[in-house]
Amino acid sequence: MPSTIRVRATANGDTTEVQALIQHPMDSGFVKNAQGQIIPPHFIQQLTFEHNGKTVFLADWGPAVSKDPYVKFSFKGANKGDDLKISWADNKGATDTTTAKIQ
Amino acid sequence: MRVRTVLTSAFAALAAAALACLAASAVAAPDKPDPVADAKAFKKYFTDKFPKVKLEDFVNGPYSMNEDMHKQWEEKEQFPPYEFSLEAGKEMFGKPFKNGKTYADCFPNGGIGIRQNYPYFDEKEGKVITLELALNRCREANGEAPYSYVKDEMASLTAYMAFTSRGKPMDIKIPNDPRALEAYENGKRYFYTRRGQLNFSCASCHVQSPGERIRAEVLAPALGILNALPIYRSEWAGMGTTSRRFVTCNSQTRAVPLEPQSDEYRDLEYYLSYVSNGLPISGPGARP
Amino acid sequence: MNLDRTSATRRLILKGAGSVALIGLGFDLGLGLGFGTAPALAAANDKYPEEAFKQKSGPDAIKALYGKTAEASDKVKLDAPEIAENGAVVPIAVTTTLPEVTSISFFVSENPNALAASYVIPEGTLPSIANRLKMAKTCNVIAIVESGGKLYSATKEVKVTVGGCGG
Repeated sequence: MPSTIRVRATANGDTTEVQALIQHPMDSGFVKNAQGQIIPPHFIQQLTFEHNGKTVFLADWGPAVSKDPYVKFSFKGANKGDDLKISWADNKGATDTTTAKIQ
Repeated sequence: MRVRTVLTSAFAALAAAALACLAASAVAAPDKPDPVADAKAFKKYFTDKFPKVKLEDFVNGPYSMNEDMHKQWEEKEQFPPYEFSLEAGKEMFGKPFKNGKTYADCFPNGGIGIRQNYPYFDEKEGKVITLELALNRCREANGEAPYSYVKDEMASLTAYMAFTSRGKPMDIKIPNDPRALEAYENGKRYFYTRRGQLNFSCASCHVQSPGERIRAEVLAPALGILNALPIYRSEWAGMGTTSRRFVTCNSQTRAVPLEPQSDEYRDLEYYLSYVSNGLPISGPGARP
Repeated sequence: MNLDRTSATRRLILKGAGSVALIGLGFDLGLGLGFGTAPALAAANDKYPEEAFKQKSGPDAIKALYGKTAEASDKVKLDAPEIAENGAVVPIAVTTTLPEVTSISFFVSENPNALAASYVIPEGTLPSIANRLKMAKTCNVIAIVESGGKLYSATKEVKVTVGGCGG
Protein backbone atom coordinates (compact mmCIF):
# COMPACT_ATOMS: atom_id res chain seq x y z
CA MET A 1 0.00 0.00 0.00
CA PRO A 2 1.42 3.41 -0.88
CA SER A 3 2.54 5.61 1.99
CA THR A 4 0.10 8.06 3.51
CA ILE A 5 2.90 10.55 3.97
CA ARG A 6 3.87 13.17 1.41
CA VAL A 7 6.95 15.23 2.19
CA ARG A 8 8.77 18.13 0.64
CA ALA A 9 12.10 18.84 2.30
CA THR A 10 14.20 21.57 0.76
CA ALA A 11 17.64 22.64 1.94
CA ASN A 12 18.50 26.30 1.61
CA GLY A 13 22.01 26.73 2.89
CA ASP A 14 22.08 25.47 6.44
CA THR A 15 18.31 25.50 6.88
CA THR A 16 15.98 22.79 5.67
CA GLU A 17 12.29 23.59 5.27
CA VAL A 18 9.98 20.62 5.68
CA GLN A 19 6.35 20.39 4.63
CA ALA A 20 4.35 17.27 5.22
CA LEU A 21 0.83 16.32 4.16
CA ILE A 22 -0.57 13.09 5.53
CA GLN A 23 -3.61 11.19 4.38
CA HIS A 24 -5.66 10.52 7.49
CA PRO A 25 -9.33 11.08 8.40
CA MET A 26 -8.53 12.76 11.74
CA ASP A 27 -12.04 11.97 12.97
CA SER A 28 -12.74 13.95 16.09
CA GLY A 29 -15.37 11.65 17.58
CA PHE A 30 -17.85 14.54 17.66
CA VAL A 31 -19.33 14.03 14.21
CA LYS A 32 -22.28 11.81 13.36
CA ASN A 33 -22.67 9.86 10.15
CA ALA A 34 -25.73 9.86 7.88
CA GLN A 35 -27.40 7.28 10.13
CA GLY A 36 -26.99 9.51 13.18
CA GLN A 37 -24.25 7.42 14.77
CA ILE A 38 -21.11 8.97 16.17
CA ILE A 39 -18.08 8.33 14.01
CA PRO A 40 -15.49 7.18 16.56
CA PRO A 41 -12.35 9.24 17.09
CA HIS A 42 -9.57 8.23 14.73
CA PHE A 43 -6.63 10.56 14.59
CA ILE A 44 -2.85 10.71 14.51
CA GLN A 45 -1.43 11.25 17.97
CA GLN A 46 2.28 11.53 17.33
CA LEU A 47 4.26 12.48 14.26
CA THR A 48 8.03 12.28 14.40
CA PHE A 49 10.70 13.63 12.08
CA GLU A 50 14.21 12.24 12.39
CA HIS A 51 17.49 13.20 10.79
CA ASN A 52 20.66 11.18 11.40
CA GLY A 53 18.93 9.32 14.20
CA LYS A 54 18.01 12.50 16.03
CA THR A 55 14.44 13.74 16.45
CA VAL A 56 14.27 17.16 14.82
CA PHE A 57 10.52 17.68 15.29
CA LEU A 58 7.81 15.96 17.26
CA ALA A 59 4.13 16.74 16.88
CA ASP A 60 1.61 15.77 19.53
CA TRP A 61 -1.74 15.98 17.81
CA GLY A 62 -5.33 15.88 18.99
CA PRO A 63 -8.47 15.47 16.89
CA ALA A 64 -8.66 19.25 16.33
CA VAL A 65 -5.96 18.97 13.69
CA SER A 66 -7.59 19.13 10.24
CA LYS A 67 -8.29 16.11 8.10
CA ASP A 68 -5.35 15.18 5.86
CA PRO A 69 -3.11 17.03 8.27
CA TYR A 70 -0.41 19.42 7.19
CA VAL A 71 2.57 20.81 9.05
CA LYS A 72 5.53 22.97 8.08
CA PHE A 73 8.69 23.62 10.06
CA SER A 74 12.41 24.22 9.50
CA PHE A 75 15.56 22.91 11.09
CA LYS A 76 19.31 23.38 10.80
CA GLY A 77 22.18 21.03 10.32
CA ALA A 78 21.07 18.94 7.36
CA ASN A 79 22.38 18.83 3.82
CA LYS A 80 20.93 18.22 0.41
CA GLY A 81 20.78 14.48 -0.18
CA ASP A 82 20.36 13.61 3.50
CA ASP A 83 17.55 11.33 4.60
CA LEU A 84 14.61 12.54 6.63
CA LYS A 85 12.54 9.86 8.33
CA ILE A 86 8.91 10.55 9.13
CA SER A 87 6.63 8.31 11.19
CA TRP A 88 3.24 8.58 12.78
CA ALA A 89 1.10 6.60 15.19
CA ASP A 90 -2.63 7.05 15.67
CA ASN A 91 -5.07 6.38 18.50
CA LYS A 92 -6.03 3.02 17.02
CA GLY A 93 -2.48 1.81 17.06
CA ALA A 94 -1.89 2.16 13.33
CA THR A 95 1.41 3.52 12.13
CA ASP A 96 3.12 4.55 8.94
CA THR A 97 6.62 5.63 8.12
CA THR A 98 8.53 6.92 5.15
CA THR A 99 11.95 8.27 4.34
CA ALA A 100 12.43 11.24 2.05
CA LYS A 101 15.53 12.79 0.59
CA ILE A 102 16.22 16.42 1.32
CA GLN A 103 16.28 18.28 -1.99
CA MET B 1 -49.10 45.98 -70.99
CA ARG B 2 -46.08 47.23 -72.79
CA VAL B 3 -42.89 45.03 -72.32
CA ARG B 4 -40.86 47.96 -71.11
CA THR B 5 -43.31 48.72 -68.30
CA VAL B 6 -43.40 45.09 -67.28
CA LEU B 7 -39.64 44.89 -67.16
CA THR B 8 -39.42 48.15 -65.21
CA SER B 9 -42.00 46.97 -62.73
CA ALA B 10 -40.31 43.61 -62.43
CA PHE B 11 -36.97 45.25 -61.90
CA ALA B 12 -38.46 47.61 -59.31
CA ALA B 13 -40.07 44.69 -57.54
CA LEU B 14 -36.79 42.81 -57.54
CA ALA B 15 -34.94 45.83 -56.22
CA ALA B 16 -37.57 46.33 -53.52
CA ALA B 17 -37.33 42.69 -52.58
CA ALA B 18 -33.54 42.89 -52.37
CA LEU B 19 -33.73 45.97 -50.20
CA ALA B 20 -36.30 44.30 -48.00
CA CYS B 21 -33.99 41.29 -47.58
CA LEU B 22 -31.07 43.46 -46.61
CA ALA B 23 -33.21 45.35 -44.15
CA ALA B 24 -34.55 42.11 -42.74
CA SER B 25 -31.10 40.62 -42.14
CA ALA B 26 -29.99 43.77 -40.35
CA VAL B 27 -33.02 43.63 -38.09
CA ALA B 28 -32.91 39.84 -37.56
CA ALA B 29 -29.54 39.97 -35.64
CA PRO B 30 -31.01 40.07 -32.07
CA ASP B 31 -32.71 36.72 -32.58
CA LYS B 32 -29.58 34.97 -33.79
CA PRO B 33 -27.22 33.74 -31.08
CA ASP B 34 -23.87 35.48 -31.10
CA PRO B 35 -21.55 33.61 -28.77
CA VAL B 36 -18.56 35.71 -29.74
CA ALA B 37 -20.34 38.90 -28.68
CA ASP B 38 -21.65 37.16 -25.54
CA ALA B 39 -18.19 36.08 -24.47
CA LYS B 40 -16.79 39.54 -25.05
CA ALA B 41 -19.60 41.17 -23.06
CA PHE B 42 -19.28 38.57 -20.30
CA LYS B 43 -15.58 39.25 -19.83
CA LYS B 44 -16.07 43.00 -20.03
CA TYR B 45 -18.73 42.90 -17.34
CA PHE B 46 -16.41 41.21 -14.86
CA THR B 47 -13.23 43.08 -15.71
CA ASP B 48 -15.16 46.37 -15.43
CA LYS B 49 -16.64 45.30 -12.10
CA PHE B 50 -13.27 44.20 -10.71
CA PRO B 51 -10.62 46.36 -12.39
CA LYS B 52 -7.94 45.30 -9.92
CA VAL B 53 -8.30 41.58 -10.61
CA LYS B 54 -6.12 40.22 -13.41
CA LEU B 55 -8.06 38.32 -16.05
CA GLU B 56 -6.37 35.01 -15.27
CA ASP B 57 -7.07 35.37 -11.54
CA PHE B 58 -10.83 35.11 -11.99
CA VAL B 59 -10.38 31.33 -12.16
CA ASN B 60 -9.57 31.38 -8.45
CA GLY B 61 -13.19 32.08 -7.64
CA PRO B 62 -13.86 33.53 -4.21
CA TYR B 63 -10.12 33.85 -3.59
CA SER B 64 -9.82 36.48 -6.28
CA MET B 65 -12.51 38.49 -4.51
CA ASN B 66 -11.19 38.75 -0.97
CA GLU B 67 -7.72 39.33 0.51
CA ASP B 68 -8.22 37.40 3.76
CA MET B 69 -9.47 34.40 1.77
CA HIS B 70 -6.64 34.74 -0.75
CA LYS B 71 -4.08 34.33 2.03
CA GLN B 72 -5.78 31.19 3.29
CA TRP B 73 -5.84 29.82 -0.24
CA GLU B 74 -2.15 30.58 -0.77
CA GLU B 75 -1.33 28.67 2.41
CA LYS B 76 -3.36 25.67 1.27
CA GLU B 77 -1.82 25.72 -2.18
CA GLN B 78 1.62 25.18 -0.65
CA PHE B 79 0.61 21.59 -0.15
CA PRO B 80 -2.92 21.33 -1.45
CA PRO B 81 -5.58 19.00 -0.05
CA TYR B 82 -6.31 17.61 -3.54
CA GLU B 83 -2.82 16.06 -3.74
CA PHE B 84 -4.02 12.58 -2.83
CA SER B 85 -6.86 12.62 -5.32
CA LEU B 86 -4.53 13.88 -8.03
CA GLU B 87 -2.01 11.14 -7.38
CA ALA B 88 -4.75 8.53 -7.35
CA GLY B 89 -6.04 9.95 -10.63
CA LYS B 90 -2.69 9.63 -12.32
CA GLU B 91 -2.41 6.03 -11.22
CA MET B 92 -5.98 5.23 -12.30
CA PHE B 93 -5.47 6.86 -15.66
CA GLY B 94 -2.48 4.70 -16.45
CA LYS B 95 -4.00 1.42 -15.29
CA PRO B 96 -5.32 -0.71 -18.16
CA PHE B 97 -8.89 -2.00 -18.30
CA LYS B 98 -9.60 -5.69 -18.12
CA ASN B 99 -9.40 -5.85 -21.90
CA GLY B 100 -5.91 -4.35 -21.92
CA LYS B 101 -6.84 -0.95 -23.31
CA THR B 102 -6.40 2.30 -21.39
CA TYR B 103 -8.08 5.70 -21.13
CA ALA B 104 -5.38 7.03 -23.45
CA ASP B 105 -6.93 4.98 -26.24
CA CYS B 106 -10.19 6.91 -25.97
CA PHE B 107 -8.83 10.44 -26.14
CA PRO B 108 -6.85 12.61 -28.52
CA ASN B 109 -3.21 12.96 -27.52
CA GLY B 110 -3.64 10.05 -25.13
CA GLY B 111 -5.80 12.22 -22.90
CA ILE B 112 -2.92 14.45 -21.89
CA GLY B 113 -3.29 18.21 -22.06
CA ILE B 114 -6.75 18.15 -23.64
CA ARG B 115 -9.10 19.13 -20.82
CA GLN B 116 -9.41 22.68 -22.10
CA ASN B 117 -11.23 21.40 -25.19
CA TYR B 118 -14.12 20.02 -23.13
CA PRO B 119 -17.03 20.20 -23.44
CA TYR B 120 -17.30 19.95 -27.22
CA PHE B 121 -20.26 19.58 -29.52
CA ASP B 122 -20.38 16.19 -31.20
CA GLU B 123 -21.87 16.78 -34.62
CA LYS B 124 -22.47 13.09 -35.30
CA GLU B 125 -24.52 12.66 -32.15
CA GLY B 126 -25.87 16.18 -32.08
CA LYS B 127 -25.08 16.75 -28.41
CA VAL B 128 -22.57 18.25 -26.01
CA ILE B 129 -19.95 15.86 -24.71
CA THR B 130 -18.30 16.74 -21.40
CA LEU B 131 -15.06 15.28 -20.08
CA GLU B 132 -16.90 13.32 -17.39
CA LEU B 133 -19.29 11.86 -19.94
CA ALA B 134 -16.42 10.96 -22.24
CA LEU B 135 -14.61 9.17 -19.42
CA ASN B 136 -17.58 7.00 -18.52
CA ARG B 137 -18.25 6.25 -22.18
CA CYS B 138 -14.64 5.16 -22.47
CA ARG B 139 -15.13 2.82 -19.55
CA GLU B 140 -18.34 1.35 -20.89
CA ALA B 141 -16.89 0.95 -24.39
CA ASN B 142 -14.16 -1.15 -22.80
CA GLY B 143 -16.37 -3.37 -20.71
CA GLU B 144 -15.99 -1.51 -17.43
CA ALA B 145 -18.74 -0.24 -15.14
CA PRO B 146 -19.24 3.54 -15.21
CA TYR B 147 -18.20 5.61 -12.20
CA SER B 148 -20.44 7.90 -10.19
CA TYR B 149 -20.24 11.35 -11.78
CA VAL B 150 -19.94 13.32 -8.60
CA LYS B 151 -16.85 12.26 -6.71
CA ASP B 152 -14.20 9.66 -5.91
CA GLU B 153 -12.79 8.05 -9.04
CA MET B 154 -14.39 10.51 -11.46
CA ALA B 155 -12.97 13.38 -9.43
CA SER B 156 -9.53 11.77 -9.36
CA LEU B 157 -9.49 11.12 -13.09
CA THR B 158 -10.68 14.61 -14.03
CA ALA B 159 -8.23 16.05 -11.48
CA TYR B 160 -5.37 14.36 -13.28
CA MET B 161 -6.58 15.37 -16.73
CA ALA B 162 -7.12 18.97 -15.60
CA PHE B 163 -3.65 18.97 -14.08
CA THR B 164 -2.07 18.00 -17.40
CA SER B 165 -3.78 21.05 -18.92
CA ARG B 166 -2.87 23.50 -16.19
CA GLY B 167 -2.21 26.93 -17.57
CA LYS B 168 -3.71 26.19 -20.97
CA PRO B 169 -6.47 28.59 -21.98
CA MET B 170 -10.03 27.29 -22.08
CA ASP B 171 -10.71 26.60 -25.73
CA ILE B 172 -14.31 25.65 -26.39
CA LYS B 173 -15.50 25.58 -29.97
CA ILE B 174 -18.97 26.08 -31.34
CA PRO B 175 -19.11 24.56 -34.82
CA ASN B 176 -21.20 26.16 -37.51
CA ASP B 177 -24.10 23.88 -36.74
CA PRO B 178 -27.51 25.16 -35.62
CA ARG B 179 -27.75 22.33 -33.07
CA ALA B 180 -24.51 23.48 -31.43
CA LEU B 181 -25.82 27.01 -31.23
CA GLU B 182 -29.03 25.66 -29.77
CA ALA B 183 -27.12 23.78 -27.08
CA TYR B 184 -25.15 26.92 -26.31
CA GLU B 185 -28.37 28.95 -26.06
CA ASN B 186 -29.95 26.28 -23.91
CA GLY B 187 -27.07 26.50 -21.49
CA LYS B 188 -27.24 30.26 -21.47
CA ARG B 189 -30.96 30.16 -20.82
CA TYR B 190 -30.48 27.75 -17.91
CA PHE B 191 -27.86 30.03 -16.44
CA TYR B 192 -30.10 33.06 -16.44
CA THR B 193 -33.39 31.39 -15.48
CA ARG B 194 -34.64 31.71 -11.92
CA ARG B 195 -35.73 28.52 -10.26
CA GLY B 196 -36.54 26.86 -6.99
CA GLN B 197 -37.82 28.02 -3.64
CA LEU B 198 -35.23 30.78 -3.38
CA ASN B 199 -35.97 31.90 -6.91
CA PHE B 200 -32.29 32.25 -7.76
CA SER B 201 -30.69 31.83 -11.12
CA CYS B 202 -27.01 31.04 -11.43
CA ALA B 203 -26.61 34.68 -12.39
CA SER B 204 -28.28 35.93 -9.21
CA CYS B 205 -25.19 34.92 -7.27
CA HIS B 206 -22.40 34.67 -9.78
CA VAL B 207 -23.13 37.63 -12.01
CA GLN B 208 -25.02 40.00 -9.72
CA SER B 209 -23.18 39.35 -6.50
CA PRO B 210 -19.63 38.01 -6.95
CA GLY B 211 -17.36 38.97 -4.08
CA GLU B 212 -20.33 39.48 -1.79
CA ARG B 213 -21.50 36.99 0.79
CA ILE B 214 -24.40 34.58 0.71
CA ARG B 215 -24.83 33.73 4.35
CA ALA B 216 -21.19 33.23 5.28
CA GLU B 217 -19.64 32.30 1.95
CA VAL B 218 -17.96 34.65 -0.47
CA LEU B 219 -19.42 34.22 -3.96
CA ALA B 220 -17.25 33.41 -6.96
CA PRO B 221 -17.56 35.30 -10.23
CA ALA B 222 -19.08 33.29 -13.07
CA LEU B 223 -16.13 34.15 -15.31
CA GLY B 224 -13.76 31.19 -15.20
CA ILE B 225 -15.88 29.43 -12.60
CA LEU B 226 -15.40 26.00 -14.16
CA ASN B 227 -11.69 26.34 -14.78
CA ALA B 228 -10.62 25.08 -11.37
CA LEU B 229 -12.77 21.95 -11.32
CA PRO B 230 -12.67 19.32 -9.96
CA ILE B 231 -12.25 20.81 -6.52
CA TYR B 232 -11.44 19.75 -2.99
CA ARG B 233 -14.01 21.58 -0.90
CA SER B 234 -13.41 21.99 2.80
CA GLU B 235 -17.19 21.85 3.11
CA TRP B 236 -17.25 18.38 1.54
CA ALA B 237 -13.99 17.39 3.23
CA GLY B 238 -13.32 15.81 -0.12
CA MET B 239 -13.31 16.13 -3.89
CA GLY B 240 -16.19 16.96 -6.18
CA THR B 241 -16.65 17.23 -9.91
CA THR B 242 -18.48 19.75 -12.09
CA SER B 243 -21.48 17.42 -11.85
CA ARG B 244 -21.33 17.49 -8.09
CA ARG B 245 -21.17 21.26 -7.98
CA PHE B 246 -24.15 21.72 -10.32
CA VAL B 247 -26.24 19.25 -8.33
CA THR B 248 -25.38 20.69 -4.93
CA CYS B 249 -25.77 24.27 -6.10
CA ASN B 250 -29.31 23.43 -7.23
CA SER B 251 -30.04 21.74 -3.88
CA GLN B 252 -28.62 24.62 -1.91
CA THR B 253 -30.76 27.17 -3.71
CA ARG B 254 -33.68 24.80 -3.10
CA ALA B 255 -34.24 24.03 -6.71
CA VAL B 256 -34.74 20.45 -7.82
CA PRO B 257 -31.36 19.08 -8.80
CA LEU B 258 -31.13 17.32 -12.13
CA GLU B 259 -29.35 14.05 -12.81
CA PRO B 260 -25.62 14.50 -13.35
CA GLN B 261 -24.83 14.89 -17.04
CA SER B 262 -28.43 15.65 -17.95
CA ASP B 263 -28.95 17.79 -21.07
CA GLU B 264 -29.35 21.07 -19.21
CA TYR B 265 -26.19 20.51 -17.16
CA ARG B 266 -24.12 19.60 -20.17
CA ASP B 267 -25.42 22.59 -22.10
CA LEU B 268 -24.82 24.80 -19.07
CA GLU B 269 -21.24 23.57 -18.89
CA TYR B 270 -20.89 24.28 -22.62
CA TYR B 271 -22.12 27.85 -22.28
CA LEU B 272 -20.16 28.67 -19.13
CA SER B 273 -16.95 27.19 -20.48
CA TYR B 274 -17.29 29.00 -23.80
CA VAL B 275 -17.76 32.44 -22.28
CA SER B 276 -14.65 31.79 -20.20
CA ASN B 277 -12.53 30.96 -23.23
CA GLY B 278 -9.02 32.29 -22.92
CA LEU B 279 -8.85 31.97 -19.15
CA PRO B 280 -6.36 29.34 -17.93
CA ILE B 281 -7.28 25.90 -16.67
CA SER B 282 -6.34 25.90 -13.00
CA GLY B 283 -7.72 22.54 -11.90
CA PRO B 284 -7.72 20.63 -9.71
CA GLY B 285 -8.61 23.30 -7.22
CA ALA B 286 -9.36 23.86 -3.56
CA ARG B 287 -12.35 25.79 -2.29
CA PRO B 288 -13.93 26.61 1.09
CA MET C 1 19.36 26.43 30.40
CA ASN C 2 16.12 25.55 32.10
CA LEU C 3 15.35 22.85 29.58
CA ASP C 4 16.06 20.02 31.97
CA ARG C 5 13.62 21.36 34.54
CA THR C 6 10.94 21.76 31.94
CA SER C 7 11.17 18.25 30.61
CA ALA C 8 11.34 16.84 34.09
CA THR C 9 8.30 18.91 34.99
CA ARG C 10 6.36 17.56 32.04
CA ARG C 11 7.31 14.01 32.79
CA LEU C 12 6.22 14.28 36.38
CA ILE C 13 3.00 16.00 35.46
CA LEU C 14 2.21 13.25 33.04
CA LYS C 15 2.62 10.77 35.84
CA GLY C 16 -0.21 12.33 37.80
CA ALA C 17 -1.79 15.51 38.97
CA GLY C 18 -0.69 14.84 42.52
CA SER C 19 2.88 15.60 41.63
CA VAL C 20 2.10 19.12 40.50
CA ALA C 21 2.23 20.67 43.94
CA LEU C 22 5.54 18.98 44.65
CA ILE C 23 7.00 20.28 41.45
CA GLY C 24 5.95 23.77 42.39
CA LEU C 25 7.84 23.35 45.62
CA GLY C 26 10.76 21.98 43.74
CA PHE C 27 11.02 25.13 41.69
CA ASP C 28 10.93 27.43 44.68
CA LEU C 29 13.48 25.42 46.58
CA GLY C 30 15.67 25.27 43.54
CA LEU C 31 15.73 21.49 43.61
CA GLY C 32 16.59 21.50 39.93
CA LEU C 33 16.35 17.94 38.75
CA GLY C 34 19.33 17.75 36.48
CA PHE C 35 18.46 15.84 33.40
CA GLY C 36 21.37 17.08 31.37
CA THR C 37 21.88 16.30 27.74
CA ALA C 38 19.68 16.87 24.70
CA PRO C 39 19.04 13.23 23.74
CA ALA C 40 17.71 12.56 27.22
CA LEU C 41 15.43 15.57 26.83
CA ALA C 42 14.02 14.32 23.58
CA ALA C 43 13.22 11.04 25.26
CA ALA C 44 11.63 12.81 28.19
CA ASN C 45 9.40 14.86 25.92
CA ASP C 46 8.36 11.87 23.86
CA LYS C 47 5.32 10.88 25.81
CA TYR C 48 1.97 11.82 24.35
CA PRO C 49 0.31 14.38 26.67
CA GLU C 50 -2.96 12.49 27.00
CA GLU C 51 -4.19 14.44 30.02
CA ALA C 52 -3.63 17.81 28.42
CA PHE C 53 -5.70 16.79 25.40
CA LYS C 54 -8.54 15.77 27.71
CA GLN C 55 -8.84 19.18 29.35
CA LYS C 56 -11.73 21.38 28.32
CA SER C 57 -10.51 24.90 28.84
CA GLY C 58 -7.40 26.59 27.52
CA PRO C 59 -6.03 27.47 30.97
CA ASP C 60 -6.55 23.90 32.24
CA ALA C 61 -4.90 22.45 29.17
CA ILE C 62 -1.94 24.80 29.44
CA LYS C 63 -1.55 23.88 33.08
CA ALA C 64 -1.76 20.17 32.33
CA LEU C 65 0.78 20.47 29.54
CA TYR C 66 3.31 22.81 31.10
CA GLY C 67 2.47 23.22 34.75
CA LYS C 68 2.70 26.98 34.55
CA THR C 69 0.94 30.02 33.15
CA ALA C 70 1.89 32.21 30.22
CA GLU C 71 2.39 35.92 29.82
CA ALA C 72 1.40 37.68 26.63
CA SER C 73 4.33 38.66 24.45
CA ASP C 74 4.51 40.64 21.26
CA LYS C 75 7.54 38.56 20.34
CA VAL C 76 5.17 35.71 19.52
CA LYS C 77 3.69 36.30 16.07
CA LEU C 78 0.45 34.43 15.51
CA ASP C 79 -0.85 34.33 11.97
CA ALA C 80 -4.49 33.33 11.55
CA PRO C 81 -7.26 34.55 9.25
CA GLU C 82 -9.85 37.17 10.24
CA ILE C 83 -12.65 34.98 9.02
CA ALA C 84 -11.89 31.31 8.48
CA GLU C 85 -13.04 30.22 5.03
CA ASN C 86 -14.15 27.00 6.69
CA GLY C 87 -13.90 25.96 10.32
CA ALA C 88 -12.63 22.52 9.32
CA VAL C 89 -9.39 23.80 7.80
CA VAL C 90 -8.02 26.96 9.39
CA PRO C 91 -4.39 27.68 8.47
CA ILE C 92 -2.61 28.89 11.59
CA ALA C 93 1.07 29.69 11.93
CA VAL C 94 3.31 30.98 14.65
CA THR C 95 6.83 32.31 14.70
CA THR C 96 8.88 33.93 17.41
CA THR C 97 12.12 35.77 18.02
CA LEU C 98 12.27 34.46 21.57
CA PRO C 99 15.39 32.42 22.36
CA GLU C 100 15.80 28.80 23.49
CA VAL C 101 12.37 27.69 22.38
CA THR C 102 11.60 24.12 23.42
CA SER C 103 7.90 23.87 22.75
CA ILE C 104 5.10 25.53 20.81
CA SER C 105 1.41 24.70 21.31
CA PHE C 106 -1.90 25.78 19.85
CA PHE C 107 -5.17 26.11 21.74
CA VAL C 108 -8.64 26.86 20.39
CA SER C 109 -10.61 28.29 23.28
CA GLU C 110 -14.12 27.15 22.34
CA ASN C 111 -13.29 23.72 20.99
CA PRO C 112 -14.60 20.81 23.10
CA ASN C 113 -11.00 20.30 24.20
CA ALA C 114 -8.90 23.40 23.91
CA LEU C 115 -5.51 21.84 23.15
CA ALA C 116 -5.25 21.27 19.41
CA ALA C 117 -1.57 20.53 18.85
CA SER C 118 1.69 20.65 20.72
CA TYR C 119 5.12 20.57 19.16
CA VAL C 120 8.50 19.70 20.65
CA ILE C 121 11.25 21.93 19.30
CA PRO C 122 14.66 20.31 19.82
CA GLU C 123 17.79 22.38 19.59
CA GLY C 124 18.54 23.21 15.98
CA THR C 125 14.91 23.40 14.98
CA LEU C 126 13.47 26.84 14.28
CA PRO C 127 10.65 28.18 16.45
CA SER C 128 8.32 28.57 13.50
CA ILE C 129 5.39 26.32 12.66
CA ALA C 130 2.47 26.30 10.26
CA ASN C 131 -0.45 23.88 10.60
CA ARG C 132 -4.14 23.54 9.82
CA LEU C 133 -6.61 23.25 12.67
CA LYS C 134 -10.33 22.72 13.22
CA MET C 135 -12.32 25.42 14.94
CA ALA C 136 -15.82 24.70 16.21
CA LYS C 137 -16.86 28.34 16.33
CA THR C 138 -15.71 31.94 16.54
CA CYS C 139 -13.27 32.17 19.40
CA ASN C 140 -9.67 32.80 20.35
CA VAL C 141 -6.73 30.89 19.02
CA ILE C 142 -3.89 30.94 21.53
CA ALA C 143 -0.29 30.12 20.67
CA ILE C 144 2.02 29.26 23.54
CA VAL C 145 5.78 29.38 23.18
CA GLU C 146 7.99 27.85 25.83
CA SER C 147 11.22 29.82 25.85
CA GLY C 148 13.94 29.49 28.43
CA GLY C 149 11.55 27.51 30.60
CA LYS C 150 8.92 30.25 30.65
CA LEU C 151 5.67 30.50 28.71
CA TYR C 152 4.72 33.31 26.38
CA SER C 153 1.48 33.66 24.48
CA ALA C 154 -0.23 35.38 21.61
CA THR C 155 -3.97 35.39 21.07
CA LYS C 156 -6.10 36.14 18.05
CA GLU C 157 -9.83 35.92 17.52
CA VAL C 158 -10.80 34.02 14.41
CA LYS C 159 -14.36 34.27 13.16
CA VAL C 160 -15.86 30.98 12.10
CA THR C 161 -19.13 30.70 10.26
CA VAL C 162 -21.14 27.74 9.19
CA GLY C 163 -20.65 27.22 5.50
CA GLY C 164 -23.61 28.56 3.54
CA CYS C 165 -24.44 27.98 -0.10
CA GLY C 166 -21.90 29.98 -2.00
CA GLY C 167 -18.49 29.48 -3.51
